[in-house]
Amino acid sequence: MPNTATPGAKTIPVHRIEVGMKPDLPDPTGSGARARIAEDLGVHVNDVRVIDVYTIHADLSREELDLVRRELFTDPIIQNSALDTMLASDFDFAVEVGFRPGVTDNIGKSSAEGIADTIGRSLTEDEAVYKSTLYAIRGGVSADTCEHIARDLLANGLIQRWVVKSAAELKSVDGYGLLGLPLVTDRSSAEVRTINLNISDDALMTISRDGMLALDFGEMKAIQAHYRDASIAQWRKQAGLPAQPNDIELEILAQTWSEHCKHKIFNAVIEYTDETGKTRTIDSLFKTYVKATTDEVGKRVDWLVSVFHDNAGIIKFDENWNFALKAETHNSPSALDPYGGAITGIVGVNRDVLGAGLGCRCIFNTDVFCFATPFFDGDIPARLMHPRRVLRGVHQGVKDGGNQSGIPDLNGAIVFHDRFLGKPLVFCGTGGLIPATINGKPSHEKCAKPGDLIVMCGGRIGKDGIHGATFSSEELHEGSPATAVQIGDAITQKKMADFLLEARDLGLFSNITDNGAGGLSSSIGEMAKGSGGAVVHLDRAPLKYPGLAPWEIFLSEAQERMTLGVPPAKKEAFLDLARRREVEATVLGEFTNSGRLECFYEDKLIGALDMHFLHDGVPKMHLQAKWTPPTPKSEITIQTSDLMGDLKAVLGSLNVCSKEPFVRMYDHEVLAQSVLKQFQGVNHDGPGDAGVIRPVPGSKRGIAVACGITPKYSDLDAYWMMASSVDEAVRNLVAVGARISTIAGLDNFCWPDPVKSDKTPDGDYKLAQLVRCCEALYDFCTAYDIPLISGKDSMKNDYKIGDTKISIPPTVLFTAAAIIDDVTKVVSMDVKRAGDAVYVIGETHNEMGGSEYLALRGELGANVPKVDAKKARALYEKLSAAIASGLVASCHDCSDGGLGVALAESAFSGGFGMEIELHGVGVENDVVALFSESQSRFVVTVAADNTDAFEAAMSGAAFARLGTTTQSDLFKVHGGDGKWHEARLGELKAAWQRTLSL
Amino acid sequence: MAKKVRALVLTGYGINCDYETADAFSRAGAESARVHLNDVIANPAMLKDYQILAVPGGFSFGDDVASGKILANRLRYKLGDALKQFVADGKLVIGICNGFQVLVKMGMLPMLDGDFQQEVTLTHNDSGRFEDRWVNLQATKDTHCVWVKGLDRLELPIRHGEGKFIPRDVSVLDTLRNKGMIALRYCRADGNAAQGQFPANPNGSIDDVAGICDTTGRVFGLMPHPEAHTERTHHPRWTREDRPEEGIGLRVFRNAVEYAASN
Repeated sequence: MPNTATPGAKTIPVHRIEVGMKPDLPDPTGSGARARIAEDLGVHVNDVRVIDVYTIHADLSREELDLVRRELFTDPIIQNSALDTMLASDFDFAVEVGFRPGVTDNIGKSSAEGIADTIGRSLTEDEAVYKSTLYAIRGGVSADTCEHIARDLLANGLIQRWVVKSAAELKSVDGYGLLGLPLVTDRSSAEVRTINLNISDDALMTISRDGMLALDFGEMKAIQAHYRDASIAQWRKQAGLPAQPNDIELEILAQTWSEHCKHKIFNAVIEYTDETGKTRTIDSLFKTYVKATTDEVGKRVDWLVSVFHDNAGIIKFDENWNFALKAETHNSPSALDPYGGAITGIVGVNRDVLGAGLGCRCIFNTDVFCFATPFFDGDIPARLMHPRRVLRGVHQGVKDGGNQSGIPDLNGAIVFHDRFLGKPLVFCGTGGLIPATINGKPSHEKCAKPGDLIVMCGGRIGKDGIHGATFSSEELHEGSPATAVQIGDAITQKKMADFLLEARDLGLFSNITDNGAGGLSSSIGEMAKGSGGAVVHLDRAPLKYPGLAPWEIFLSEAQERMTLGVPPAKKEAFLDLARRREVEATVLGEFTNSGRLECFYEDKLIGALDMHFLHDGVPKMHLQAKWTPPTPKSEITIQTSDLMGDLKAVLGSLNVCSKEPFVRMYDHEVLAQSVLKQFQGVNHDGPGDAGVIRPVPGSKRGIAVACGITPKYSDLDAYWMMASSVDEAVRNLVAVGARISTIAGLDNFCWPDPVKSDKTPDGDYKLAQLVRCCEALYDFCTAYDIPLISGKDSMKNDYKIGDTKISIPPTVLFTAAAIIDDVTKVVSMDVKRAGDAVYVIGETHNEMGGSEYLALRGELGANVPKVDAKKARALYEKLSAAIASGLVASCHDCSDGGLGVALAESAFSGGFGMEIELHGVGVENDVVALFSESQSRFVVTVAADNTDAFEAAMSGAAFARLGTTTQSDLFKVHGGDGKWHEARLGELKAAWQRTLSL
Repeated sequence: MAKKVRALVLTGYGINCDYETADAFSRAGAESARVHLNDVIANPAMLKDYQILAVPGGFSFGDDVASGKILANRLRYKLGDALKQFVADGKLVIGICNGFQVLVKMGMLPMLDGDFQQEVTLTHNDSGRFEDRWVNLQATKDTHCVWVKGLDRLELPIRHGEGKFIPRDVSVLDTLRNKGMIALRYCRADGNAAQGQFPANPNGSIDDVAGICDTTGRVFGLMPHPEAHTERTHHPRWTREDRPEEGIGLRVFRNAVEYAASN
């Protein structure tokens, strides 16, 4: 019914504009949906046509509506449209999918702006446009099947609603109001509750649990004790606050003290018992291993600028520029809503870099995902999604977030392991560039002074993401909140980022940080450390819709917001520029030196927390760790007569195969700085090792970025897992020509819960794994002179519902970046010509444990690859010197799949054959020679004229000449069995490309 | 001595190739400035100081509704007259990728009858997805497009999800062909016509069209990114082929700057 008010919508009329492709033209979106319905659900329908639906909840005249239908919503060349009538014809069922109330609707928002331009007036606060999508399905379906298609493919019930109607039913409603307006009607009271903590211990824990506070018993007791403190009580009385905490105070403490924000496990006192029964005490893994690494290496490198205390680590790029780097995880939200969780992850880490120093410009993204196999065919546990759906959604989210922000994707990986079914891991990283000095001052120094105004800018606040910080500090369980999910809006953030860089150069603010986990409570709480306090007026914050309690305003994790400290003298200029750039900016209060974080609502003090208690009051955790090495097994010995068949199988395994279809969808060249892309070789489809960019036009100086991630070794020994991750990242950099002592690292830990409890009886073992992992991090980073400039940990990556518990394998993403003096000297991984010598660099051992080869046979094996840091470092220094001297034609890292994979990839990427003598590798067994995953190795090709010089340059390091590149299209291996094994390049490449083809 | 040419590169609302587009004009000898759209709307007179206007690539308004559509409407409703005057004054305009989508959807390209009337469109690739890949292009022999003058074959990256060129009908296509308004076509690596075949024609564009100009030859739009191939090291095979120091994309910008300097 057009022009009829919906309950709760006052008297603003509702209209519906439908837009679809002209019937005689193909509909790629519809065909895509049809293909996915077949592929994912095994349901075959004849046809799907997609109709975009814009529900206009605004007081527009008939003429205006028709104008926007024609001029804004319809492409006259290819589309038809209808106003307040139905467009679809010739279908059996219609499924319409739209957002739930309060969920970010980016298209709806942009449409409102488009309408304003077209009709010459802005929509009012109460008017809005809502986007939904109608899928008109023909053939082969029932209403129930459509319900299944909607629920399990087209929509995510957490954030979306849908309705299924048959063609006949749809006629009877004439196409209107299928979903109803997504208005937020659920309003919290602005009332502030006081919570009495003078109660029994059991009742204290009930408050923590029921309130989703994730505070443990010791923490609840510390808070209880704080409010019993006589001086606190007296101050509160004078200030007019109740003796017991108000809800907002408890909420602030819970989020500030959350594992997510305080890294309590990394700062705990750990009693570690090794396999001999010897016990020692580690007072903070962070200080003992992570910070100690940087402190030690910092004495040997001179390019650290700002480490650990800002949103991202900052190092020197050249005389004029500094370089910032950060990686984050967004696992729990991505488990619930893969698309929203992932896009929020990528635009969130962009904000970390935008908020580093006085604000860096983002120049690249990295993305690493961990999933269970997309071919999983078992039962999916409650509340989890099929890994294929998670993979698609996460990829789509990162793609949209990065592409729309104009930040190129530079490097990444997709890793598969069965236990990521319980929780997918989504790592997003960002690099940024900032002038070393801005307006004559070092750009990495920032501090809000007392009196500086607190200004929030960017998006508005809604109920999105409330309790995100505490939620991610727990395992995924039945009651995991829907509000923990947010959907990022890259364009709102892009507008804000453009504006802030302009404001930065004009010197309009003194401090900046992003709003991530914990929202304003976290950003203001952190910034207030500098000045020594803050006063915040929560009723002044702009809201997406009314009805948020004050504490919700303070804790909301609504996206695309930064908090700034603005000197009063700059206020007008700052706000004026914001207006001209159409970025919302609001003064919320000011920084003080009162020693307290004070929150007001409608001029009434509703909460005050002592800064010292807020930041340092959390009790240290005391934890037990006990290391029991896995029962030693002898390595499995496999003989094969079909080396090439096995090689093809390994090339096609999930962890080795080409990820090109996914990576192609990322813009990896925006900003025009690309030097080595993800895809290399004669047909631009060979797998590059490290991404290289030259970010400053006119300069040959560059940045190489790579990652290492090897969770497959964790079940054997987390120490060697960490060693391999560091080594993998480093050798990816060395493979393109980067030098040791120019490399900076980031450590991102993702662990299953390592705290022993009823639900985690093996917590002491998992914590011992963590200790050993940190030891390796220190051992190898100090050996390679890699300072850790930033990092993060995510410690509760478990799934538990009913009797089903899935814990991820302990995982560390090691991201490494190196400064390259001259990018014109880097090498790619593809073979360049026939007649070049082929070398393996580094030693090969029988280290089949965790290998892809054994994994294909369902075995883990025993011998985990080990790293000899001293030898490896010497080898890396020689190899990068040889590359810098121009002696190397191609260089490729040996990692997942082993030497066979690296040789084959080098050959087919370059389009040249190879003849390889396997005995040169120096091991007895051909399977070991080709498929062992020993670390610190490369495949290198060298022009015939350069072999002597190359061998001289490498002397003292382990290397062996294995053969020659050839003009033919055959990849030939002469095995220890005396036989030649061969395969065509095309077959090998097809095996590598087929697995994840879309 | 030729006059100093000034190029205005638009920014804002999700435009994101502004830095490198400005850099390309600088390398080509112009003085380039990144200017926020709102500053131009607030003061359209500033266009008098420039001879070249660039609408760079990006995701204006997130491609919401349709790629380039919302920015197209904003330019048309708020700057339409100023832009018409800019072209009437003999000046040059380029729209790259999202900028091309904007020019097409506001009717500034191909501008067959002097009015803002959409005659062609750029829509979802046949593959149904966004892709970043390098393509081979052939500058049309008979085109009068100032921007591709003297160019024959070139390799540039495309990075789009909605780049499929579709004219309103056969007569529009014939007009574009007959008047030399098709400036660039996708072709195969060996120079032969792509004939609509993926991946040589990466999006299914009708007649392999990758770029068109208006009747003056001074307003040009293209899906590939010439600003992303200004250096040898931009090229995907620079580590295996002898290539000139300067990327061929820079020629597009040089053409415009030389034209503006001498006209």
